[in-house]
Amino acid sequence: MTLLVHDATLTYPDGEGRLTALDAVALEVPAGTLTAVVGPSGSGKSSLLAVAATLVTPDCGRVVVAGRDTARLTPAEKSALRREEIGIVFQQPNLLPSLTAAEQLLAMAHLSGRPPRALRRRALELLDAVGLADKADKRPHELSGGQRQRVNIARALMNEPSVLLVDEPTSALDHERGAAVLDLLAALTRERSTATVLVTHDRTHLERADRTAVMADGRLTEPLPAA
Amino acid sequence: MFVAWRDLRFAKGRFALMGSVVVLVTLLVGLLSGLTAGLARENVSAVTGLPASHVAFAAPPGQQEVSFTRSRVTEEAWRVWRDAPGVRSADPLGIRTADAAAGERTAAVSVFGVEPGGPLAPAAGGGPGPGRVVLTERAAEELGGLTAGSRLAIGPLELTVAAVAGTAAYSHTPVVWADLDDWQRLGSPGSGSDAASGATAATVIAVDATDGADLAAADRAAGTETQTVADALGAIGSYRSENGSLQLMRGFLFAISALVTGAFFTVWTIQRSGDVAVLKALGASTPYLLRDALGQAVVMLALGTGLGTALAAGLGALISGGDVPFVLDAGTVLVPAAVMIVLGALGAALSIRRITAVDPLTALGSAR
Ligand SMILES: Nc1ncnc2c1ncn2[C@@H]1O[C@H](COP(=O)(O)OP(=O)(O)OP(=O)(O)O)[C@@H](O)[C@H]1O
Ligand SMILES: [Mg+2]
Repeated sequence: MTLLVHDATLTYPDGEGRLTALDAVALEVPAGTLTAVVGPSGSGKSSLLAVAATLVTPDCGRVVVAGRDTARLTPAEKSALRREEIGIVFQQPNLLPSLTAAEQLLAMAHLSGRPPRALRRRALELLDAVGLADKADKRPHELSGGQRQRVNIARALMNEPSVLLVDEPTSALDHERGAAVLDLLAALTRERSTATVLVTHDRTHLERADRTAVMADGRLTEPLPAA
Repeated sequence: MFVAWRDLRFAKGRFALMGSVVVLVTLLVGLLSGLTAGLARENVSAVTGLPASHVAFAAPPGQQEVSFTRSRVTEEAWRVWRDAPGVRSADPLGIRTADAAAGERTAAVSVFGVEPGGPLAPAAGGGPGPGRVVLTERAAEELGGLTAGSRLAIGPLELTVAAVAGTAAYSHTPVVWADLDDWQRLGSPGSGSDAASGATAATVIAVDATDGADLAAADRAAGTETQTVADALGAIGSYRSENGSLQLMRGFLFAISALVTGAFFTVWTIQRSGDVAVLKALGASTPYLLRDALGQAVVMLALGTGLGTALAAGLGALISGGDVPFVLDAGTVLVPAAVMIVLGALGAALSIRRITAVDPLTALGSAR
């Protein structure tokens, strides 16, 4: 199992008491499959991604990424795990304003200590895969919202992660562009064999997913194959 | 420095603005350093150039500090010093500011009375002797371009120029090397009683002592107070006040540049904390981000300081030929530049520290 969340509980301080964002959540995602997580606002979807991405440590429960139990990792090892094994597609594209599209990807290579020069071809291939071959030298402010979101996806794939975590990638896009981004994610999941978790509000996205789980009040239902 | 380089180029305007502040402060520090060194040279070069390790002053009464103007040493005192163990040489040195005249021209000079043929006397043209003086270049120039053989008058003395040599200066006046006996006669014009009685033989004693010499014992025996040559410079009144205020200004400029650099990078780091959160979420380690940010600061500081130093050196070269005392050497130019970079980097490092506290979690979701 490439991504495994086992009985994870996460609470945040809330005034006197504590607010339960995740309540004994369990999730298994095999490589090459896309699991969609839907649920109302505030139900804990982003919290689930944050736990899977090792950005927060759950109060209890286990998170295993690419065979490594994250509970035992030091902060530096968690950073390394995020660089090498986890791709994050943010809700906002979160591109760095000073970098061109290609450099957004090359920065990922630099983070992992690989020479960016040698990886330029791979970056251009990825940009080609998301349909942006001709925008490689454009900075974020020269790209449209949809194009930025596609750079965001290509960046997440740059270091060949085994886990891809996607948080509402289409919330800033119109319906048509959103559908195109979804198709792209589904195709890339199969092509690159990533264990993908897609958080979404939009129920029309569910038909591209292999399985769907519903989040409500911090509890996650058993993921079921799409009807 | 992958992202930092590109940030530097992308935010050119902001970095150029900050860089020009660094350029200007460095320029100011460079000019001030050259001026400080130049003024110091005009003040003390005759003393620092002495072949001596220490200067013995007449012990001042009470708690007063020693001073070149108030010191008077007797012949007896330097005999004691000459015989003290561990002392290679001890020679009387008379220092007096006087007006020199040659024809229509007059100039303020510092008359240094030394024993002819002694270690303190310059060798040029046979050195000073009875009725014969050695002029420094500026003294000769200010008196209308005197050369060997020219005649001049200092107080009651009619003197012949033995040679023109050296650039020694004391308290902003050029030095004239004279015979100690002649110098003694300058003291109280007409009477000559001091010289006759031997009460005031000289101003100080230039002592060249080995490391093991018991200076305190010699001081007690001779009634003197001895200081190293470097400490003795503080006994030149004009040097102490000038140098003190110039160094204070320089210190403030260093502090200002460190603070301004720190403030700039504080604002800059806060502005890019969103990007830092994204990079952390993508797996950048905190040391990687700190290195990146500090490298950026050092690049900006090095470029700004380099340009400022080049400008200071260029301007210094232009003005140091004229009347402005300005010393242009590696020490006066490169040392302040290095201090600027180190202090600036320190200020930046303190501001960049806040990268450590950025939470990568904030990159997730829509709240950025
Ligand atoms: N950093 C935090 N500190 C305190 N409480 C938090 C924090 N992050 C989330 N929460 C709370 O945890 C609960 C789950 O939040 P989460 O962001 O996971 O919801 P979500 O399902 O992603 O919602 P949305 O669809 O609006 O993005 C919410 O009640 C939220 O207020
Ligand atoms: Mg959310």
